[in-house]
Amino acid sequence: MKELLTSVSPHLRSGRTTQKIMGDVLIALCPALIASVVIFGPRTLLLTLVSAAACVACEYIWERLMKQPVTVTDLSAVVTGVLLAFNVPSTMPVWELIVGDVVAIICVKMLFGGIGCNFVNPALVGRVVMFFSFTADMTTFDAPAGTIDALTSATPLALIRDGAVGWSEFPQILLGVHGGVLGETCAVALILGGVYLCVRKVIKPIIPLAYVGSCMLFMWIFGSPQPVIAVFSGGLLLGAIFMATDYVTTPTTNTGKLIFGLGCGLLTALMRCYASSAGAVTFSILLMNLVVPYINDLTAPKPFGGVEAK
Amino acid sequence: MNLPKLHGVHVPHRKNTADMAPVRMPVPPSVTIPMNMHIGAPAECVVKVGDTVKVGQLIAKAGGFVSSPVYASVSGKVKKIDDMLMSSGRFMKAVTIESDGEQTPFEGIAPPAVTDFPSFINAVRDSGVVGLGGAGFPTAVKLGVKDLSQIQAVIINGAECEPYVTSDTRTMLDDAEWIGKGIALLQKYLLAKRVVIGIESNKPQCVKAMQALAGGMTGVEVMALPPLYPQGGEKVLIYNTTGRIVPEGKLPLDAGAVVINCTTLAAIAKYIETGMPLVEKVVTVDGSAVAEPKNVIAPIGASMQALFDFCGGFKSDPGKVLYGGPMMGIAVPNTDFPVMKNTNAILAMDEKDATLPEPTACIRCGSCVDACPLRLMPAAIEAAYNKRNVDKLRALHANLCMECGCCAFVCPAKRMLVQTNKLAKGLIAADNAAKKAEADRKAKEAAEKAEKEAAVK
Repeated sequence: MKELLTSVSPHLRSGRTTQKIMGDVLIALCPALIASVVIFGPRTLLLTLVSAAACVACEYIWERLMKQPVTVTDLSAVVTGVLLAFNVPSTMPVWELIVGDVVAIICVKMLFGGIGCNFVNPALVGRVVMFFSFTADMTTFDAPAGTIDALTSATPLALIRDGAVGWSEFPQILLGVHGGVLGETCAVALILGGVYLCVRKVIKPIIPLAYVGSCMLFMWIFGSPQPVIAVFSGGLLLGAIFMATDYVTTPTTNTGKLIFGLGCGLLTALMRCYASSAGAVTFSILLMNLVVPYINDLTAPKPFGGVEAK
Repeated sequence: MNLPKLHGVHVPHRKNTADMAPVRMPVPPSVTIPMNMHIGAPAECVVKVGDTVKVGQLIAKAGGFVSSPVYASVSGKVKKIDDMLMSSGRFMKAVTIESDGEQTPFEGIAPPAVTDFPSFINAVRDSGVVGLGGAGFPTAVKLGVKDLSQIQAVIINGAECEPYVTSDTRTMLDDAEWIGKGIALLQKYLLAKRVVIGIESNKPQCVKAMQALAGGMTGVEVMALPPLYPQGGEKVLIYNTTGRIVPEGKLPLDAGAVVINCTTLAAIAKYIETGMPLVEKVVTVDGSAVAEPKNVIAPIGASMQALFDFCGGFKSDPGKVLYGGPMMGIAVPNTDFPVMKNTNAILAMDEKDATLPEPTACIRCGSCVDACPLRLMPAAIEAAYNKRNVDKLRALHANLCMECGCCAFVCPAKRMLVQTNKLAKGLIAADNAAKKAEADRKAKEAAEKAEKEAAVK
């Protein structure tokens, strides 16, 4: 008989893999992608595919050059690529988007050691770099196909501040038929994706709920005319469901996740009410990413029956 | 009880053999019985090559307080006494007996005289019974409680949370009477006021059998516990049945609990009534490579191969063979290893099941933290171990880990978290030893210096 394998227990593993988790995230992003194609036209699809391909290529080339094992099959680069595409307007030049992809994968992910080692969300940093490098292209929002009124060409957030948006426009905001970046506009599709992730136990609903809830509350406290409508517009839902729930850059425990969500909500409300609403979600999540190690230290679980060493 | 729930994982049950009453295997041509089928000092061999032995005859006496005697499981001739490789990788003395096929019982078999607590404990020691759930801790030591008033509850462990394994299930179904007699002994000699039988609710037939048993006794209750692995872990079971927490580095008794496996208890009762010590075991033989899974009554010392042969051999090439269940079982390099006192199952996994998944980078998903019943942070322990940071490992309570395998089971990156935690414990132990050696050296130097100074004066 051939030699038997001896290894340390357990000899039984669950079917969960990193690849399946990332696959679920991609499935959860599909409703938003479909909505975006409908709202902004087929160029959406082109940008999404190019961005995903660029991220995978960056990771692959880097790992080959560095003689590391190639990990692109875990699909995490695809997720980063899709999320980055979701953060640009439909008129964004392709090469500028690729710059964002390179920054996200090479500078933020691979230079820090690849998957699991980045301390901030790669897609968000990619977005920040594009935002400051190509400000005009990043903030010019094309009107959705076949519409001409004021709401559709400007982003609702700007209009909310001027008090120009009321409940009559709410259905339009929920469906996402208004100006904005690709993935952020259709609230219904994003929530659908979030529910899928929760049902599949890929994420817990703590961060999205804490983020959205606290942002609404703080915006109301800070005197925003439409705090409820505001959380359904701009990048808040995309950020709360898909960016603020990235495992690597968010706290481990439930208490930690709650603190993280509340912190994001407060920062976003502050920026939206007292500073520029553009990038408020991005910067809030990035700032909270930076304090995750401290939150983790503060909220570490107390071992069962653990006795502190003297 | 409104206590915070302990975490755990939902493992597949795969209790394929639950309805199969144990079948006695033919007497194997020879058995090999190692001297350390328990935790503690190895037993001391009292037979020599060429001796004739009978079933139930002492072949090795307890080698210390924490030890256990060993008895011949077949009648025949002692063929060989030499070192054999154990599953731990160490060598241990083992007695090989060539069977005469007669299974003649030893003439000296007689029920022990049990009249009071000390004679009860002596009988438990003489029975050769150790923790049959898998741990192999000498039962006489566990039950030999100095101050009986400490015992708030005696917990009978019938959780059997490991996948595949059904030997405890069969004890509860087939030997309920012996469990009842065992409980009566505990009530009489350990003065157990509250006896709790803890069973995972995925075994309704066992819950029913034990409820029927408890109905005819006083002070005995049956608790059907959620089938959440590791329900049968000692600390977990104590908490889930009594709400008490065993502090780190302390024993269950410090939480007022004595936990005893149901099969262990039945074996003690059998010895006290019949005088026949522990010489055979019900072993679940299962796994994806086994042709006809069965519960087998096997003499201790029978080779795994003999059991697999009795179960129709292999239907596909085995890739991995285990003592015990798949969550905490020990893999062995070949099938020559013997059935031991604490063997409750042997599993043979086919090549596909045996293939180890390739570990990938930790994505910090926190699944391991959510799975750990002891609320440890396995991924953080792994990171600290990789940096050889002993202080951090202590702060993370790496020594608390019971190696149940929940963390590695759920890990999507397939990290070898249990293996790393074992290494982490080793690192802490090595550091403790080094610190102690350093302290001893300093104390010695100080003493020598003081001595010299005294001599000068």
